[in-house]
Amino acid sequence: MIAHLIRSLLQGILVILAVGLIAFSMFRFVGDPVASLAGQESTDADRAELTERLGLNDPFPIQFVRFLAKAAQGDFGISYRQARPVADLLAERLPATVELAVLSALFAFIIGVGLGVYAAINRRGLVANAVMVLSLVGVSLPTFLIGIGLIYLFAVELRWLPSFGRGDVLRFGWWTTGLLTETGRKSLVLPVLTLGFFQLTLIMRLVRAEMLETMRTDYVRFARARGIPERRIQFRHALRNTMVPVVTIVGLQLGSVIAFAIVTETVFQWPGLGALFVNAVQFVDIPVMAAYLMFVAFVFATMNFLTDFVYVLIDPRLKA
Amino acid sequence: MTKYGKFAIALLAATALTTAAADARSLKWARSGDSLTLDPHAQNEGPTHNLSHHIYEPLIHRDSQGKEVPALAVSWKVTDDASVWEFKLRPNVKFHNGSTFNADDVVFSVERALQPTSDMKGLLTSVEKISKVDDLTVTIKTRGPNPLLPNNLGDLFIMDKEWAEANNATKVQDFKNKEENFSVRNANGTGPFQLVSREPDVKTVMKRNDGYWGIGQVPLEITELVYIPIKADATRLAALLSGEVDFVQDVPVQDIERLKSQQNLRVNIGPENRTIFFGMDVASADLKGDSVQGKNPFADKKVRQAMNMALNRTAIQRVAMRGQSVPTGVIMPPFVNGWTKELDAAPTGDVNAAKKLLADAGYPSGFNVTLHCPNDRYVNDEAICQAAVGMWGQIGVKVNLVSQSKAIHFPLIQKNPPETEFFLVGWGVPTFDSEYIFSFLYHTRDAKYGSWNAIRYSNAEADKLIESLSSETDKAKRDGTIAKLWALFKEETLYLPVHHQTLAYAMKAGFDIPVDVSNQPKLKYLSFKTN
Repeated sequence: MIAHLIRSLLQGILVILAVGLIAFSMFRFVGDPVASLAGQESTDADRAELTERLGLNDPFPIQFVRFLAKAAQGDFGISYRQARPVADLLAERLPATVELAVLSALFAFIIGVGLGVYAAINRRGLVANAVMVLSLVGVSLPTFLIGIGLIYLFAVELRWLPSFGRGDVLRFGWWTTGLLTETGRKSLVLPVLTLGFFQLTLIMRLVRAEMLETMRTDYVRFARARGIPERRIQFRHALRNTMVPVVTIVGLQLGSVIAFAIVTETVFQWPGLGALFVNAVQFVDIPVMAAYLMFVAFVFATMNFLTDFVYVLIDPRLKA
Repeated sequence: MTKYGKFAIALLAATALTTAAADARSLKWARSGDSLTLDPHAQNEGPTHNLSHHIYEPLIHRDSQGKEVPALAVSWKVTDDASVWEFKLRPNVKFHNGSTFNADDVVFSVERALQPTSDMKGLLTSVEKISKVDDLTVTIKTRGPNPLLPNNLGDLFIMDKEWAEANNATKVQDFKNKEENFSVRNANGTGPFQLVSREPDVKTVMKRNDGYWGIGQVPLEITELVYIPIKADATRLAALLSGEVDFVQDVPVQDIERLKSQQNLRVNIGPENRTIFFGMDVASADLKGDSVQGKNPFADKKVRQAMNMALNRTAIQRVAMRGQSVPTGVIMPPFVNGWTKELDAAPTGDVNAAKKLLADAGYPSGFNVTLHCPNDRYVNDEAICQAAVGMWGQIGVKVNLVSQSKAIHFPLIQKNPPETEFFLVGWGVPTFDSEYIFSFLYHTRDAKYGSWNAIRYSNAEADKLIESLSSETDKAKRDGTIAKLWALFKEETLYLPVHHQTLAYAMKAGFDIPVDVSNQPKLKYLSFKTN
C-alpha cells in the first residue's frame, strides 16, 4: 500500500514538472511582455535593455530551471502587470476562487443528487422529464451565456442581486470571506449558480443513470420480495451504491472547478485566480502565468493523489 | 405653532435633507481595465495615468479638449538661453499628508522619472538637467533648444520627496527586485482626490481633497470617487443599467443605440486623439509574404495609391464602426499642431481608377500579400481589417489576413527589423504636435528615432527636417517645415489612413461627462446637474 501511494506521489510531482516545462515552452507564443511593459516612446535600445533585464533572451529551459530554483525558495518573482510579488497575488486571490468553487460544488452536488434521484424514481413523470430536458440545455449552453442571462434577469431587470464583484468581505488573517456579510452573500448567488450549473446537470444525469442501473440489480429485487418498504430500498440500499462513482467524479470535478473558474470569474468580475490569469495572459505577465499553471497542476495532482488514497481505503485488494 | 409651525419644521427638515445630499455625493466609475500601478513613473499607459490624474498632478495638464491648463506650475517660459525653460510653481499647495509642495519635489520627481527603470523617460529624452532656483522656481536645461518641452510634461506627475524618502520609494519599480515598491499601492499627491483604499482589479476608493488648491476654480463636487474595473463589456453595461455604477467608459459601438434609448441614461460621443491606419514595407527589395518574385509591389508608389484608392472609408465607417468614427486622409488626429482640413480630406474610393493604377504599375491581375491585424487593441480592429481585405480583393489584391492579440501583434512591428510587411496600427499623439508622429513613424530607424517605423521608409532629407523640428524656436518657420513634411509624406502615400477613433462614455442622465480626447476623463470638472 505504501508503495502504491509513493508511486502516485512521484507521479504527481512528475506531472507538475511536465506542466511547468510545457507552459514555459508555450510562453513565447503568447507574445512579448516587453511590448506591454515598454511605453510607446521607448527606443529599440530601451526594449533590448528591458528584454535583457527580464532574462527573456535566455533559452526557455534555462528560464524554466531558474524559475524552479527560485520557486523552490518560495520566490515566484514580481508580476509584470501589477509590480507586486506573485506569491502575494495568488494568496490574495485564492480565497475568492476557493469560496466560489466549494460553494458551487456543494450546490451542484446537493441539487444534482436530489434531482437525479427524483428523476430516477419518477422515471415517467412529467416533472422528471421536464428536468431532464432542461438539463440538456444546461449541458449545451456556454457558461458565459448563462452568466450574462442571469445578470440581465436578476441584476438589471429585477435588481435583486449585484451584477459584479464580491461585495464586502471580512478578513481573517490572510483569508477573506464574503459569507458573513449581506452584500457578500448576495454577490455569491449568481456566480455560484453559473459555475455550478454544468456540474449540477452532469451529476444529476450520472445519479439518474446509476440509480436506474442499481434499481434493476438482483439485490433490489430480492429486497422488494422481502417486503422492505420502497423508500427504504431507494435511499438505504440503491442510493448508497450509486454514490461511489458519483463521489469520485465530484472529487475530480472540484479540482477542475477551482482551476477553470476562469469564464465565470471574468463574467462576474470575480477577483479570483481565474480573472488574474486572464489578465496575465493578455499582458504576457510570465511570472503570474507560470505560477498559476504550476498551481493548477498542483491542484490536480493533489486531487488525484487523494482519490488514489480513497481508493486504497475502499478497495481492500489494493492493501495487499 | 399650529399649521405654520409644522410647515416650518417640514421646510427645515427638507432643507436639511438637501444639504445632506449635497454633502455626500459619490460617483462610481467603471472602465474595462484597472490602473496597473499607483507609482506615477512606472507605466506610461492610459488607464494608469487616468487614475493617477485624480491623485497626483503634473506641472501642466490638459483639459478634455486637449488644451494646456496650468496645474502645479502657474507659468512657464523659455529663458534668454533658448535651451533653458523656467517654471514658476504654484504657491500654498499641500500634499495629502500635509507637507508643502515646493521646488525640491519637482526636481526629485523629474529626476525619478529619468531613472533607467522609469517608463516615462522616453518623453524626457531632451532633458539634461533640472535645477531648483528658489522654493517656487525650477529650470530645466535641455540638450539644445526644445520648444516642445511643456508638451511632454502633461502626464509627468509630481511626488512628495520627503514621503518617497521616508517610505523607500525613491526608485521606480525594477522587475528584478523581489520587493514591492511602497508607491505601487500607496499614494501621496496634490490632486483633487485622496486615496482611501486600493484593491487592484477590484476597486479604488478616493475621497475629495478638501484642501485642494483648485477649489473655487473647478467644481469638485464629488465627495467620494470609486473606480471599478469591469472587464466583460456585457457586465459593465449591466452594472450601469442596474444602477450599480454611475459612469462607464469603453462602451462597445454596437451597444450605443440601445443605451441611448434608455430614458435615464446619457451617452456622450466624441473624437479621441488616435488615428487608425495601415502601414506597409515600402523599401525592401522583395517581400517574403507576397506572390511576386524578386520585387516589392509596395515599393511602387502607384501600387500604394491604388491600395489607398480602393479603401472605401465611409463603408468601413458604416459597416465596421456603426457610424462611430471619422474617416480621414492623414494619420494625424485633428487636435495636433500641423493638422489642416485639406490634409484630413479622405480620398473617395474608386475601384476603376485603382485597378488602372495597378495595371500601370505592372500588376494587372493583382498579387497576394499577408496583413497583420490586432484583434483586442482598437475599436473593432479586426472588423476594419476584414472590411479592407474585401475592398482590396475588388482590385485583385488578395490579402491573407492574420488577426491576433496585441501582445503578439505589436512585437512584429517593434522588432528591428520588423517581422511584418503589412499591418494595422493606431497612433495617439500625447504631445499634440506633428513632430511626435514624424520622429516615430517616418524618421529613418536608428538609436534615437523611428522605433515604430515598420514601413522601413528612409529619406535623409526628411530626416534632417524632422530633427530640426525639435530645436526650432521660430514658430512660423517650424510650422512651415511641418506643412512641408506632411505634403511630402502624403504625396508619397506611405501609410493608408482609415479613420480617427471616437469614444463613447455612458452615464446616468444626471451627469454630463464630456469625452476626453486623451480618453482620460478628469472628474474634478464634473458638476452634478440640479434637475
